[in-house]
Amino acid sequence: MASSSDSSTPRGEAWVWFSGLGLIIGLGMVIGLLSLVVLNGVTVFWAPQVPVATVDDGRTIIGQLAQRRVRAGSLASEPRYELQYQVGLRELNGNSYVWVDEAKIKSESFPADILGLERVENGPAFVRPQSLRKSDGKLIPVTDLAFEDAFQVEVAAATNIREKLVEITRHRIGDVNSEMDKARVALRRAEDLKLAAEVAALRRQIAGLEERFASLQAEAKAVVDRGAVASLVSRDASGREVVVPLTQVIRAWFPNRLDTWGRIKLFISRLGEFVFDEPREANTEGGLMPAIFGTLVMTVFMSLMVTPFGVITAIYLREYAQQGSVLRIVRISVNNLAGVPSIVFGVFGLGFFVYVLGGSIDRFFFADQLKYNNNTPVFGTGGLLWCSLTLALMTLPVVIVATEEALAAVPRGMREASLATGASKWQTIRDILLPASAPGILTGVILAMARGAGEVAPLMLVGVVKLAPTLPLDGAAPFLHMDRKFMHLGFHVYDLGFQSPDSDAARPMVFATTLLLICLVVCLNIGAIWIRNRLRARFKGASF
Amino acid sequence: MPQLMNPPSSSRIKVRPATEREGRKDYISIRDYGFWYGQKKALDAISLDIPERQVVAFIGPSGCGKSTLLRNLNRMNDLVDGVRHEGEITINGRSIYDPGLEVISLRRRVGMVFQKSNPFPKSIFENVVYALRVVGVRDRAVLEEACETSLRKAALWDEVKDRLNDSALGLSGGQMQRLCIARAIANRPEILLMDEPCSALDPIATGKIEELIHELKDQFTIVIVTHSMQQAARVSDRTAFFYLGKQIEYDTTEKIFMNPSQAQTEAYISGRFG
Ligand SMILES: Nc1ncnc2c1ncn2[C@@H]1O[C@H](COP(=O)(O)OP(=O)(O)OP(=O)(O)O)[C@@H](O)[C@H]1O
Ligand SMILES: [Mg+2]
Repeated sequence: MASSSDSSTPRGEAWVWFSGLGLIIGLGMVIGLLSLVVLNGVTVFWAPQVPVATVDDGRTIIGQLAQRRVRAGSLASEPRYELQYQVGLRELNGNSYVWVDEAKIKSESFPADILGLERVENGPAFVRPQSLRKSDGKLIPVTDLAFEDAFQVEVAAATNIREKLVEITRHRIGDVNSEMDKARVALRRAEDLKLAAEVAALRRQIAGLEERFASLQAEAKAVVDRGAVASLVSRDASGREVVVPLTQVIRAWFPNRLDTWGRIKLFISRLGEFVFDEPREANTEGGLMPAIFGTLVMTVFMSLMVTPFGVITAIYLREYAQQGSVLRIVRISVNNLAGVPSIVFGVFGLGFFVYVLGGSIDRFFFADQLKYNNNTPVFGTGGLLWCSLTLALMTLPVVIVATEEALAAVPRGMREASLATGASKWQTIRDILLPASAPGILTGVILAMARGAGEVAPLMLVGVVKLAPTLPLDGAAPFLHMDRKFMHLGFHVYDLGFQSPDSDAARPMVFATTLLLICLVVCLNIGAIWIRNRLRARFKGASF
Repeated sequence: MPQLMNPPSSSRIKVRPATEREGRKDYISIRDYGFWYGQKKALDAISLDIPERQVVAFIGPSGCGKSTLLRNLNRMNDLVDGVRHEGEITINGRSIYDPGLEVISLRRRVGMVFQKSNPFPKSIFENVVYALRVVGVRDRAVLEEACETSLRKAALWDEVKDRLNDSALGLSGGQMQRLCIARAIANRPEILLMDEPCSALDPIATGKIEELIHELKDQFTIVIVTHSMQQAARVSDRTAFFYLGKQIEYDTTEKIFMNPSQAQTEAYISGRFG
């Protein structure tokens, strides 16, 4: 091959092209995925114009265009499309969405009187309003000039009533209920141990709680009775009358009348609800606050647990352990741990953390609770603590490897200088090596956090649920409830996408949730990177 | 052996007359000392006495074991895997390998300045007082006092007194080296080991550090490794010449430079090999 070796063609050229191609493919896939998620996720909250369409077969449709796709079976050369409209009114139509052959649509118009409603139950509705029945019984027809103002006022009043009801039924009655549960368990214990004084006191407490419960219920009923009679009378596309009580209305808008600013306001209001509110309608509507919060708290705890463990392990491996074949095997095992499927960690977490550790904690510290509360476990079931621990275990190798590398990268001179001044090994590690390798360690933590925040499979086994009644952090002592089950964005995506009864309604939410999860991970990473850069700045100018 | 264009004759080097002072003549005593890195013998049958409060220079061609010997005086070479020694080193009559003597306390008595300056990524103040912090000194007044004295001794005080809390990494190379000297003397060791402290410095900084060595000699016993004959002649009272891990000659600096007894020494200091 003498000719090729002394030929003047730069032989590396082809590889440059190949690596460039690889880069383009990689970047293309990342950008494609991101833009798919961003586009679909953001448009969920945008309110487009809503058409009235008449179809060949005599149907009339009022609905928001959801999708357009090639009909199955149509030729590739002359594709025929079909459209999916979100028509809402699930209680009448049985389904919120309908498919229509595009070719069969006879006419399409955008009349200004179409009203979009977001409702507490049964999803959205697109209707043509007829009249408003006010809470004082008066009927205002839509043609009346006062209609719109009266409608706004009544919706605001109804919203007020609904919020009051939620406050009473969900929060205050919920608090009474949980206190009652506690008192009942205590009572059972007191009765069992024959503590007469305590039994009497607890009976009194329970009686008091029951009284409070009854009075709250009465209060709720009073609120319902006082208002809540206003309703909107309207007709759907086929002319049927639809009566919607205004307490059911969360948001109302005229999609064909809104100017751009109005649409932006609607967008912001929906986005705000999505981020700050609780979910409704089997998670397909409402907000994700509990899931965002759960993901955040879990990720932070995971980082708090994995960092000390990982750093201590790495310090031992690098600085104290006898370097040799045993250590090599340990290192290989640690590295391979990173390749174990995450579900295996979930199984381990369930078997060891939940059943063994949690079970023992319950037996030793919550024995009374178990005995007098129908064996309801406290820590012996999935929860925030076990999720964090399981993920910490899963991401441990990342932190160990990063810390070892960072320690190895500290210049030898620095280490020797410290030892030469008479510092002990531990002092050298604590005062010199750890601060100098902090940026590298943080890089490891960032990677661990990103991996942990996006993980779903193991969490399903050790404490993530579809719908958690309470947040892991609240005003009741001890404020942080590590034993509670919680919601998680990643699991939410899975649950919406694959477990939801109404997959059409869930689809946009899947994208929005995914986008939110990505944003959350990015935010966490930016925070960690900011800290790392501040640390790095302290070492700038180092000339070793 | 390549001949130099203008071989510096030994007579051209100005030698300071050795100062005679009181103190143990065998303050550091090295006896039949041999040292191995794994299978490789780096030092062979070294025997020399270093008197108290004098400056001793180690000279010799690269790889002859100067640093190895120096680093053994405070047992820094213990950090290297697979090392072995024979013979004995005593400081003030006590073996440094005495099992009852902790390495840490030995190193607190024997300070070291390295060839490459190696300040910690901390403030100038924290760098200087590191040795005191290590022994648990908390008192701010004591720390500040020690910081100022050491920086003054290291001829750095005037340059940095207004920015003690700035990062040490913002200093110039020469300043960093003087900072390292200040750090090494902050806890008042008895012996100061310097491994080519001026090799990365310009003549002015070198001059300052040589000046410093003169002044420090009143309080410390100093062992300095250097590649510069002039420097050895200028700063040291006694000089040891090594070649391939063997001690060729050890005598007063005057004698070594004016009238060496070994032909190899003569050849080396006149620049004919090495
Ligand atoms: N950590 C080590 N492991 C193995 N061999 C070493 C080690 N350090 C030094 N040596 C060897 O020991 C011998 C003496 O090295 P030493 O560093 O003491 O030389 P030196 O006289 O200081 O040279 P220079 O003037 O270049 O600094 C050399 O042959 C070197 O290769
Ligand atoms: Mg050397």
